[in-house]
Amino acid sequence: MSLLELEDLRVSYPGRGFRARHVEVLHGVSLDVDHGETVGLVGESGSGKTTIGRAVLGLVRPSGGSIRFASQEISGLHGRARRGLASHIQVVFQDPYTSLNPSMTIGDILAEPLVVHGATSRDARSRVRSLLDQVGLPNDAIDRLPREFSGGQRQRVAIARALAPGPQLIVCDEPVSALDLSTQARVLDLFVDIQRETGVSYLFVSHDLGVVRHISHRVAVLYRGDLVETGDAATVTSTPEHPYTQRLLLAAPVADPARQREKREERKRLLAAHA
Amino acid sequence: MSTSDDPTTQTVRTHSTEHVITAGADASQRTPTWKKVIRDPQAAITIGLLAAIFLIGALTPLIAPHGPNDADLSMVNAPVGTSGYLLGGDESGRDIFSRLLHSINTAAISALIGTTVALIVGVTGGLVGGYFNRATQSITEWTFALLMTLPGVLLLIILMPVTGGDYRATMFVFGFLLAPGIYRIVRNLVLGVKNELYVDAARVSGLGNVRILGRHVLSIVRGPIIIAAAFMAGSAIAVQSGLAFLGVGSTEIPSFGAMISSGFRNLYVAPAQFLWPSLLLGVITASLVLLGNALRDTLEGSKPKAKKVGAGQRVVADVERDGPTDPDALLVIRDLGIAYPGVDGAPNEVVRGVNLSLAPGDVLGLVGESGSGKTQTAFSTLGVLPSEAVITGGSIRFDGRELLGLDDTSMAALRGSAIAYIPQEPMSNLDPSFRVGSQLVEGLRAATSMPRKDAKARVIALLDRCGIVDPQRTFDAYPHEISGGMAQRVLIAGAVASRPKLLIADEPTTALDVTVQAEILDLLRDLQHELGMAVLLVTHNFGVVADICDRIAVMKEGEIVENGAAEEIFGAPRHEYTRMLLGSILDEDAVRTDPPAAVKGVAS
Amino acid sequence: MTLYILRRLAAGVMLALVILLIVFLLISSSFDDTARTMLGQGATPESTAALVEARGWDRPVIVQYVEWIWHAVQGDLGQSAFTSLPVRSAVVDRLAVTLSLIVPALLITAILSVLLGVWAASHGGVIDRFAQGISLVGHIFPALLLAIGLVVLFGVELGWLPATGYVRFGDDTLGWLRSITIPVIVLVIPGVANMSAQVRGRMIDELNRDYVRTLRTRGISSRSIVYKHALRNAGSPALTVMSLEFIQMFGAALIIENVFALPGFGSYAFNASLQGDIPVILGISVFGVALVTVVHLVTDILNGWLNPKARVH
Repeated sequence: MSLLELEDLRVSYPGRGFRARHVEVLHGVSLDVDHGETVGLVGESGSGKTTIGRAVLGLVRPSGGSIRFASQEISGLHGRARRGLASHIQVVFQDPYTSLNPSMTIGDILAEPLVVHGATSRDARSRVRSLLDQVGLPNDAIDRLPREFSGGQRQRVAIARALAPGPQLIVCDEPVSALDLSTQARVLDLFVDIQRETGVSYLFVSHDLGVVRHISHRVAVLYRGDLVETGDAATVTSTPEHPYTQRLLLAAPVADPARQREKREERKRLLAAHA
Repeated sequence: MSTSDDPTTQTVRTHSTEHVITAGADASQRTPTWKKVIRDPQAAITIGLLAAIFLIGALTPLIAPHGPNDADLSMVNAPVGTSGYLLGGDESGRDIFSRLLHSINTAAISALIGTTVALIVGVTGGLVGGYFNRATQSITEWTFALLMTLPGVLLLIILMPVTGGDYRATMFVFGFLLAPGIYRIVRNLVLGVKNELYVDAARVSGLGNVRILGRHVLSIVRGPIIIAAAFMAGSAIAVQSGLAFLGVGSTEIPSFGAMISSGFRNLYVAPAQFLWPSLLLGVITASLVLLGNALRDTLEGSKPKAKKVGAGQRVVADVERDGPTDPDALLVIRDLGIAYPGVDGAPNEVVRGVNLSLAPGDVLGLVGESGSGKTQTAFSTLGVLPSEAVITGGSIRFDGRELLGLDDTSMAALRGSAIAYIPQEPMSNLDPSFRVGSQLVEGLRAATSMPRKDAKARVIALLDRCGIVDPQRTFDAYPHEISGGMAQRVLIAGAVASRPKLLIADEPTTALDVTVQAEILDLLRDLQHELGMAVLLVTHNFGVVADICDRIAVMKEGEIVENGAAEEIFGAPRHEYTRMLLGSILDEDAVRTDPPAAVKGVAS
Repeated sequence: MTLYILRRLAAGVMLALVILLIVFLLISSSFDDTARTMLGQGATPESTAALVEARGWDRPVIVQYVEWIWHAVQGDLGQSAFTSLPVRSAVVDRLAVTLSLIVPALLITAILSVLLGVWAASHGGVIDRFAQGISLVGHIFPALLLAIGLVVLFGVELGWLPATGYVRFGDDTLGWLRSITIPVIVLVIPGVANMSAQVRGRMIDELNRDYVRTLRTRGISSRSIVYKHALRNAGSPALTVMSLEFIQMFGAALIIENVFALPGFGSYAFNASLQGDIPVILGISVFGVALVTVVHLVTDILNGWLNPKARVH
């Protein structure tokens, strides 16, 4: 039994203006995430990949289909019942600059989810220390404000916040796209290490095939609200079957002039063949 | 895993070279707000002055020699300094000094009622209207629009039969009229905060709406509310005085307005009478405005400053105008330094000793991570560094001509015609108020002084060349009507319109999807071949560099650490930093191989 | 566009109807007081009740409201309860006086503010500090104090301009100009203080935007960037400020008319309100609401012209 199961998930947003038509952004997506597994969700802007993550988190309401977490239907939950899921499903967002409240100290940011779930402030504080340790941040970070940290460090704080309640699933929404290349690799390694330590599952949303390939066990490719291809990471990201995935793979430039030249020619052949 | 000594919680230590920014530079930002306010002289003085005035007002019953309405016919228009009548008597023989003291209280109560009502109504409305769903939003929006539809003073006058002219009731109503201002501020802030990811994160953490509003939203709204309260107190007092001057309300209530009115009637008899209440009213309202300004400066930080448009770049160093020239190079940058004023005012060099050279028709990739100074180097070549930036030394020679020290008019002549620019964010780099075509035509005509008709034909041909399917339609479109990829094609068309010798592209594909990126890179490559222009491509993406660049310069913390042919650097990087960057690339070989983690210590 | 204007007008009429209903409901509590005031010294409970009944004020408020609207639509706003003069012509006369202050004041404010704000934002340095100084000074004092100060200075001490009184435009144009000069200055000073600061702030924001840099890299002149591109983008928020400024000025005018003894809307409203002259109060309300609605409508239309995103197709 998988930890997270999406079945025929549909989401539509209200159109602009009064009584405008609803625009469907997800046209029935089915996907599952197992215990301790990372499922990468790749797609370009407008593909609906972020919407899937937000639907799982309860930040957007699906218009159809089901979301089951640990065999329990969660798509219709709200209020107290939904808030109860907070200790099981967590999130790390893309932008390390806006995902932390600028006026709260790191200690308060990390303690907030713990205190909400009934921890005493002393327990919360000691837990915060161990969390900081876990993500490789110094202990004195606890009394500092987010603006005193670099992008990579803030993302570590965001990861610590997600880990705080000991979740089984973390939705990662482009968590390394805003980071520099060298920081990106280290933060990804941290994600992998934490998964090995704790057995947490990741639903890892990204536009970058390289990133997804690096962290995922399985990969799902989204195109304009439809899932076009799913499979194990190595296959989907190196020998994909669907033409869109092929195009995506060939469009990502590789850091080697000679290989990139070949790749470019191959891409042009593919485009000519499909034209 | 609920406590730190849980055996499954082992620390994960990753090798981290990221350094914690030293706390020293940021210490000032962590001083409590009230301390910052008190330290500001303007705030301190106005707070002190207002506190003194209102304290005296509170002590009125103890210190005023007469009641506010005690009239003594022998004291009618008594001069200043009459015994027991410090400031003299008014037209009815009442003590001006005592009335002045009592008027302070009327003003204080007016400010208190007006501001409190406005804050309660406005903040509640703003929180509800900004945070909850669209239906609630439209209802609050409509209600506050209703409040703004009648000119406030007129409504207060009309409602006299209802309020009975009592200034407290009037100020209560005025509070509602002030509320839309607060509502707007709060609603806009809440709408902004609501979409912040940290609010989403709080929701995911299981916080309810009330807690999110109280913890995350109210803390952002607090500062602007305090500022607005100071201004509102000032306008409540001013309006109350104005109405009392008109005669709204009981003549029994001593107030600045009533006193000014009485003094004004007596202007020719006793000119000093209207002076005292005017003076005190002026001091109070001025203090509140100045306090509001001071609070705004300390709580909201410094606003962007005005600067002269077209002042050109600031160069402090002596520029070597007749240095050796490299006849083969189109662009030679030597020993370039750029600095910004730091926190303590000392210059902070973001570019140091940069050397670059670019031959005609060459494509050079300037690569580095964020903050490495690559964009600053590109801007200085275009002559569009922000006005705070200072060029501390070096030389930028284009086509044999020194660019540093040229005034903006000479630079403007070069820009667009010989040096062109493609920005990173396609959407924000088009003027939203003008049609796409007219912006391009204006640029082309500034560079070539071509007749409008020819310019239009050329722009449409270029849009077509840049892969836009229906060029005439895009020409007539406004920026918000086209997609990001399309906008980037438009900007490329604008850049190459006057056939420049050098194209500076600053992360031209970073904001685009990877499939669109490939198309844009193809377009750039083709245009570069066609026009034979040199390209300086600023990017952080080694894939993009490998795709299009002949040569590479790697920047780190303001310096160029390595420079050479693309094949060489990708094949055998010499500098450690380059090796580290290339090593960080998640290449096709970096597939995850370990199986899904075994589940341990599942949360209970 | 016509459809849009019609829709906006309809919304304005709806708003006016709601506001008038609110005024009706609030005023209805004082019908008895008005009747007593009309009867003067000799008012008895019986005679008051008789008058209330004769006027129809004892009927349900909604009925009176609908009836009043019915007449108002036909252009009949009734007569003053005290003078029996028709309300409409009196309100129009008084409004003309007030508007003859506000319209010139608003035009002058707009021109000076744009000049000063744009100038300060695009030159910086001394000019900017001068503009900020002006806006601070203009903010500090309430209009009432400015009015009194200027009357005392120019009217009484120097005697350059009439301290009080109003000359009709049709009677003596120069006299009219002289009579409105000080009041207009009093309205312009805080207006410029507020609006020039807004224009300056918006212009600085615009000049820091990305598209300005890109326009510069195409060799476009500073003049075109400031006066064509940045000003047009700063224009639509400035227009909104201007419409609010109009309402602000209207309120200030009601008070300072009294200083200058001008027979405007303010004193008329004040007297009607003091007496509880209900037909006049209603007439004043309907004109006040209509004025604001029209100003908002004009602002929106101009906004659509300036800002393509706000344009309604």
